[in-house]
Amino acid sequence: MHSDPAAVRKTVRGYVMVGAALLVFTAITVAANQLHFALPIAVAIALIIAATKGSMVAAVFMHLSHEKRWIYGALLLTVVFFLVLLSIPMFTTMDNIGTPIHATAPAEHPGH
Amino acid sequence: MNIPYTVEERPDTGLANGKLGIWLFLASEVMLFGALFSTYIILRTGAVEWPHGELNVWLGAANTVILISSSVTMVLAWASLKMNDWGKHRLYLIATWVLAGIFLVNKYFEYADHLGKGEGPWHSTFLAIYFTLTGLHGLHILGGMVVMGYFIGPGSKMWKTNPEQFTNRIEYTGLYWHFVDLVWIFLFPVLYLL
Repeated sequence: MHSDPAAVRKTVRGYVMVGAALLVFTAITVAANQLHFALPIAVAIALIIAATKGSMVAAVFMHLSHEKRWIYGALLLTVVFFLVLLSIPMFTTMDNIGTPIHATAPAEHPGH
Repeated sequence: MNIPYTVEERPDTGLANGKLGIWLFLASEVMLFGALFSTYIILRTGAVEWPHGELNVWLGAANTVILISSSVTMVLAWASLKMNDWGKHRLYLIATWVLAGIFLVNKYFEYADHLGKGEGPWHSTFLAIYFTLTGLHGLHILGGMVVMGYFIGPGSKMWKTNPEQFTNRIEYTGLYWHFVDLVWIFLFPVLYLL
């Protein structure tokens, strides 16, 4: 991150521009919502825009675009655990505990 | 006794201790909100039906604009210190604090509207997760306001005695504040739009 005052002075305009871009993306999110897309498309649009906005905040305002190795390392671990956490709902839906192994009995053959 | 590495960087990490500390704290915050987002996914995918249009989209959008603006003023408050401009720093930090206050006032009206109609967290699964997520986020806003209030008030004296450490403190406050903004950037579409 910048420590030199002259370098910081150059970035100030960038901060304001990113702020303006975030406001534009917010307007686009709300406008897209007014068009009443089908749910899967609406989810995709909203989350792609939110991810873009989040990346801009992290990269520019939080200076993650030029940070030290230790911070990237800590965040990489966080991302791994975060993905595990978000996949827990999937494990829940795949959970078979309490249900019979053969939910549907095989058809009986005549004569047996 | 002086606490080491508050201003200068540690030779092994290349970071001041406070910087690594705030990032580790934010990592724990990611897990906290991650657990709640995960809960939201479980509740939503398991629900027979999910309500739409229960929340005021325009109020939510206004709060998004307010928080994004406060993130800009926060980073400018830090940049002003780096440029040795104390007056602008004060202006931007107070603006950030005021914007945070406006966000909470909006949230109060939103909550009051729901509770006035008997729509508390007990009313539905949607409102339960809505109040939990936005309530926890609101507490983070309040926490940020307390810290900023300290640096606007008594904590500002450090600028005269140790300006570099004060600048670092404002940077760490900013990192926390941008994270709170980042969480809202995801909360808004998930709760208000989808």
